[in-house]
Amino acid sequence: MHTLSIAEMAEGLRAKKFSSVELTDAFLARIAKFDKQLNAYVTVTADQARAEAKKADQRRTKGEDGPLLGIPIAQKDIFCTRGVKTSCGSKMLDNFIAPYDATTVAKFNQAGAVMLGKTNMDEFAMGSSNETSFYGPVRNPWNTKTVPGGSSGGSAAVVAARLAPAATGTDTGGSIRQPAALVGITGLKPTYGRVSRYGMIAFASSLDQGGPMAPSAEDAAILLRAMAGFDPLDSTSMDKAVPDYAAQLSASIKGLKIGLPKEYFGEGLDGAVAKVIGEAIEQLKKLGATVHEISLPNTGLAVPTYYVIAPAECSSNLSRFDGVRFGYRCKDPKDLHDLYKRSRGEGFGAEVKRRIMIGTYALSAGYYDAYYLKAQQLRRLIKNDFDEAFKKVDVIAGPTSPSVAFNLGEKTADPVTMYLSDIYTIAVNLAGVPALSMPAGFANKLPVGLQLIGNFFDEGRLLNVAHQYQLATDWHRRIPAEFA
Amino acid sequence: MEWEAVIGLEIHAQLATRSKIFSGASTDFGAEPNTQACAVDLGLPGVLPVLNKEAVRMAAKFGLAVGATVAKRSVFARKNYFYPDLPKGYQISQYELPIVAKGKIEIELESGEHKTVGITRAHLEEDAGKSLHEDFHGMTGIDLNRAGTPLLEIVSEPDLRSAAEAVTYLKKIHSLVRYLEICDGNMQEGSFRCDANVSVRRKGADKFGTRAEIKNVNSFRFVEKAINFEIERQIELIESGGQVVQETRLYDADKDETRSMRSKEEAMDYRYFPDPDLLPLIIDDAFVEGVRKTLPELPDAKRERFVKDYGLSNYDASVLTTSRELAQYYEAVVKAAKGEAKLSANWVMGELLGALNKENKDITQSPIGAQQLGGMICRITDNTISGKIAKQVFEAMWAGEGDADAVIEAKGLRQVTDTGAIAKIIDDVIAKNPEQVEQYRSGKDKLFGFFVGQVMKESKGKANPGQVNDLLKQKLDNK
Amino acid sequence: MSLSRDQVTKIAHLARLDIAEADVAKYQSELSNILTMVEQMSAVDTKGVDPMPHPFDLGQRLREDEVTESNQRESFQAIAPQVEAGLYLVPKVIE
Repeated sequence: MHTLSIAEMAEGLRAKKFSSVELTDAFLARIAKFDKQLNAYVTVTADQARAEAKKADQRRTKGEDGPLLGIPIAQKDIFCTRGVKTSCGSKMLDNFIAPYDATTVAKFNQAGAVMLGKTNMDEFAMGSSNETSFYGPVRNPWNTKTVPGGSSGGSAAVVAARLAPAATGTDTGGSIRQPAALVGITGLKPTYGRVSRYGMIAFASSLDQGGPMAPSAEDAAILLRAMAGFDPLDSTSMDKAVPDYAAQLSASIKGLKIGLPKEYFGEGLDGAVAKVIGEAIEQLKKLGATVHEISLPNTGLAVPTYYVIAPAECSSNLSRFDGVRFGYRCKDPKDLHDLYKRSRGEGFGAEVKRRIMIGTYALSAGYYDAYYLKAQQLRRLIKNDFDEAFKKVDVIAGPTSPSVAFNLGEKTADPVTMYLSDIYTIAVNLAGVPALSMPAGFANKLPVGLQLIGNFFDEGRLLNVAHQYQLATDWHRRIPAEFA
Repeated sequence: MEWEAVIGLEIHAQLATRSKIFSGASTDFGAEPNTQACAVDLGLPGVLPVLNKEAVRMAAKFGLAVGATVAKRSVFARKNYFYPDLPKGYQISQYELPIVAKGKIEIELESGEHKTVGITRAHLEEDAGKSLHEDFHGMTGIDLNRAGTPLLEIVSEPDLRSAAEAVTYLKKIHSLVRYLEICDGNMQEGSFRCDANVSVRRKGADKFGTRAEIKNVNSFRFVEKAINFEIERQIELIESGGQVVQETRLYDADKDETRSMRSKEEAMDYRYFPDPDLLPLIIDDAFVEGVRKTLPELPDAKRERFVKDYGLSNYDASVLTTSRELAQYYEAVVKAAKGEAKLSANWVMGELLGALNKENKDITQSPIGAQQLGGMICRITDNTISGKIAKQVFEAMWAGEGDADAVIEAKGLRQVTDTGAIAKIIDDVIAKNPEQVEQYRSGKDKLFGFFVGQVMKESKGKANPGQVNDLLKQKLDNK
Repeated sequence: MSLSRDQVTKIAHLARLDIAEADVAKYQSELSNILTMVEQMSAVDTKGVDPMPHPFDLGQRLREDEVTESNQRESFQAIAPQVEAGLYLVPKVIE
């Protein structure tokens, strides 16, 4: 059952080949059997899942139907779920039972999806390897000595190992796409404002965006349809109709203009990865696309710019974790100041503290102009690069990550080295455009992801291109042997 | 050496919206602690702010009323600092680009001179919660009901030169925001608060001295006292060779003094930056014009109209336009009194405000309605009662004994206007006081008053004073 | 760019983060490395470039002034570290 696509599962439910309870139990059994090896779930909500599955079956008996009715999914532990621990991968929120549902969670509930549990992640979504989690690292199902990427590493791993048919992720600088690439699944970061951020614990508010992670573009399209849309509770969410993404999948890509940014194929890109990406682009050409070299001249500035903007926003966003109203409070604070600094000092891990400090510094008196304001200006230049590119091409293609999954511990010693692993994904968040990563083959027995970047609100086209590619290839169907 | 004070005020006016500035929680005052603090007000993980349109409308209304620019584009920023009554660790406020800029307002000084006070800016922001310092086993309790209440912070230019001027300006703004119905002005409940920036300099100097910011002044009287204390403190400090340090000081009403509030090592670095959860606030002309249509007649215009239409003195017109409610009351009295504007002004400002003051009430709490008071004034003008008797009627109405007519009837206060009846009393008085009559007639004119008094006494005050005068004169002079 | 020990301590204080004395040097070197990377920004001339705080150059949407929230104190305070009489408790605030 676990190898079926979401559409096939829905078909099975409709045809009464199996019930949602059976489907849910099958996945819960896989979780029980395999998650010890991966550490991908922080919380498994087995009882709640069975209850929700039962409810979904009843809804179906009453004549209801829907693409997600009775389909199990996993939620990244950054989305608030009423009555269920929402840890954000942090000791700070280890005791936080969210008193409300994120908009995304509410939408899935309404659609009748069944939540299997909450997935592990880098602490407060800060990390590219899932090694900053308070709950320990997640392991890559393709090779458990390697990382699954981050920050949505748990979601990526559960989908790759089929411990959930699909999952949600969030992407601030690559946190959906990079792990999707490293574990060989399809992950989409929508246009900024496409998916509500309400109830999604903020890392960097002007960059954060939730999105789907699933084996295929077809599955991702079904999830995105459910997640996307205007939310009156998020004033940055866009009041724009949500297209039927699934209906757009079957269009031919003949004549599609694909831009290859020369900056994404230069120094720093692993040779074996480059080869796989080259083959994938050949495949797209076979499907009728044309390829054009383009330039995104400010690519090199994306990482420095991001590491001012994201920490600046996070330093402020994370001030609410102060040990007063929720979350971790230190033992026996001797005064108010002690309460603040020890609750925060003990509750946050090293990477979070580093970023808070960088951001605090960048915003502080005397440094604001040189850091924060400068970064905001560069952000515009980076966005202008994309505007220019999309005057010439329909989508931009390139590698998602410069290398395949690296070993646990390999990059933890030097934060800057870790930061550079997001070099191809970060500019997209700064610009606000949508992008997806899809499995394109293997290098050194580890998955390689092809990134497709689209113009604003062009998610439908990205999913269409990915789907056409996936009709011609089977990379997205591969499951690591250990988890078959 | 002569000193001059330089004062600027930062006024925080809570906007009278139903819901909070960024959430749908109620702004009602006085609820049980934390029952009106929703997820957004508490800064729970994942929540987001959505701006209240009415708060924007109210801010724009104020801007138009003080002749300011209402910015087409303004920006919300985060002011970062840690404090237990500030749930998110930052306050959402407007910093570089406020919604209202460059306004002015005219105040009238004690000398009668007029002075224009510049309003640098007015910006929207969210209020913080409250710390309750009663003893909870040596801990402080935090109530976040107030957190997220919309505030309009109105910042004046340092144009004020004395505590009295500062209070006049403060009262003027207080009256204005209530006229505009954007703030209830309740200082006890903290809906209208004020910080004062005070510095001193030698008279004639063009540079400002170092200023201190005085916080926690919550009545007009305390504002005046706190500023005066601070001026004296700074002068004494400088004259004894010291220097004023820029700092925040707290006014202690019990001790009538200001004292330093934050320790010096705690230099504030608020790390302002544009709030990434909120796009810029864009206001178009149509919005501003819509707001302009809702502007009521403003205090200055009303005062001028009162002078012109009712023939009042400038002073009377100022008093009667202090608040919108008082002006409304007065106009209703005039109408009920069939246009007797001057007499109405005298009664409202004299008896009525006097009685209200004595009982610490404002005009909205007056036990005598405008119709009632106007009705009584009609009885004066139609000679049913004299002005003196009217005071008895007023007191009876105040005590809830009904309308003027009912009181006059019940107490038999109707004025005696029957010439025959008055003549009879006069004859009696003349007969009873032959000695005084003799003296008067031999030239002691002053005794006329004595006879008036006697006649009024005999009539229990009900005789018409004009008629008494005329008849008495006739009878005394015609020997 | 390298930060001094003092600067690191000052930033940690501003951010209310307790940093163990023994860890200051480690943060000092890590933060300095990050800032050195970040300083590549200064190579670009950005004179006259409009800062970009959001992906969209749009105005914000406003909500109507309606009370939509009801009292949820019990549920919110169930997850609070310390409450009494409906209040959140913190060590005494001294002004």
